[in-house]
Amino acid sequence: MNHLLREHAPITEAGWELIDEEARERLHPALAARKLVDFSGPHGWEHACTNLGRTEPLADAPAAGVLAVQRRVLELVEARAPFSLSRAELRDADRGAEDADLDALAAAAQCIATLENRAVFHGWQAAGITGIAEASSHDAIALTDDCGTWPRHVAEAVEQLLRAGVDGPYGLALGPAQYTRVLQTTEHGGYPLLDHLRKIIGGPLVWAPGVEGAVVVSQRGGDFLFDSGEDLSIGYDAHDAESVELYLVETFTFRVASEEAAVALTP
Amino acid sequence: MGFDQYHEPADELPDETRTFARMCASLTEEAEAIGWYEQRIAIEKDREAVAVMRDAQGEEFKHFAMDLEFLLRRTPLWREIAEGILFQGGDIVEHGEEAEEGAVEGAADRGEPLAGSTSLGIGALRGR
Repeated sequence: MNHLLREHAPITEAGWELIDEEARERLHPALAARKLVDFSGPHGWEHACTNLGRTEPLADAPAAGVLAVQRRVLELVEARAPFSLSRAELRDADRGAEDADLDALAAAAQCIATLENRAVFHGWQAAGITGIAEASSHDAIALTDDCGTWPRHVAEAVEQLLRAGVDGPYGLALGPAQYTRVLQTTEHGGYPLLDHLRKIIGGPLVWAPGVEGAVVVSQRGGDFLFDSGEDLSIGYDAHDAESVELYLVETFTFRVASEEAAVALTP
Repeated sequence: MGFDQYHEPADELPDETRTFARMCASLTEEAEAIGWYEQRIAIEKDREAVAVMRDAQGEEFKHFAMDLEFLLRRTPLWREIAEGILFQGGDIVEHGEEAEEGAVEGAADRGEPLAGSTSLGIGALRGR
């Protein structure tokens, strides 16, 4: 048994399959960052930090005649989203019920995916993570209220990247509000705005809960590095006669290798 | 009847791992039987007995292949490495090194779960 303690949960194998599959289905559409950045791992639960390859000087060494520096690392974050499921609902699922109430799991999945996206695109200071938008060396472009002008803004972002020597294709992460407006909009002649934006960037356009505005990012690889220790997993915490307490967990960190490889579009 | 195909306490192992261990034990037994028939056939003087044993050995070839195919279907990384080695001419060791390197690195690039992991196996989603 590993640290997730799944075998201690009063959940049948079929129940675990249902829970894991539901989690995958809920997480997949929301994990925008993983669709746009390089992913390293998973390196396991014990993986605690990313090597930055850099050092910082140490003020003094405990013996004369020695120069010392200290290696710099980026420590992984342990993110955990707890949720509670009804044991009666899980028993019904074992009997063949197709509509078991797993809403709490769906909500937890949305929370942890939003956290991951937010950390990658906007940073997480307490965790030592600088996000793509805040690291960008380009001036942010303000999106106007008229989303009919957004192709111009995105094209401007692409031009900034090209000028900086960052070749395409590019990806576009759109915050939920912006994504909905893009879906709802057709340009003159009925051409969907979504298709127009896709043509400009040449890469994926993704729904990104947690993102404010939008971010155009290079897809050439090597610019944005997501380091995964324990990949998203479900563990067991406790139970009583009515419910079982579970959690979604992952460990990760993120760093930007090329500040010039993204442009933020602010709402 | 022994249960020594389990290296760890059986009641701590998930069902799929116990099935996997049983099939590994079965694969080993088929390979042993193939080797035993080969030795018996090598020293048998009676041609009729040799024919019977050749037929029996053919059964073991079939069982071995079925066990192996089952295990490869359940273990994508093993299958990927096997595909780089089986049924091709040339240097076996060289193919083995290349297949292992390519498959392991490829799995890591795709963010596939570590062996024995109980994660959701989501990993990298770029390009997917």
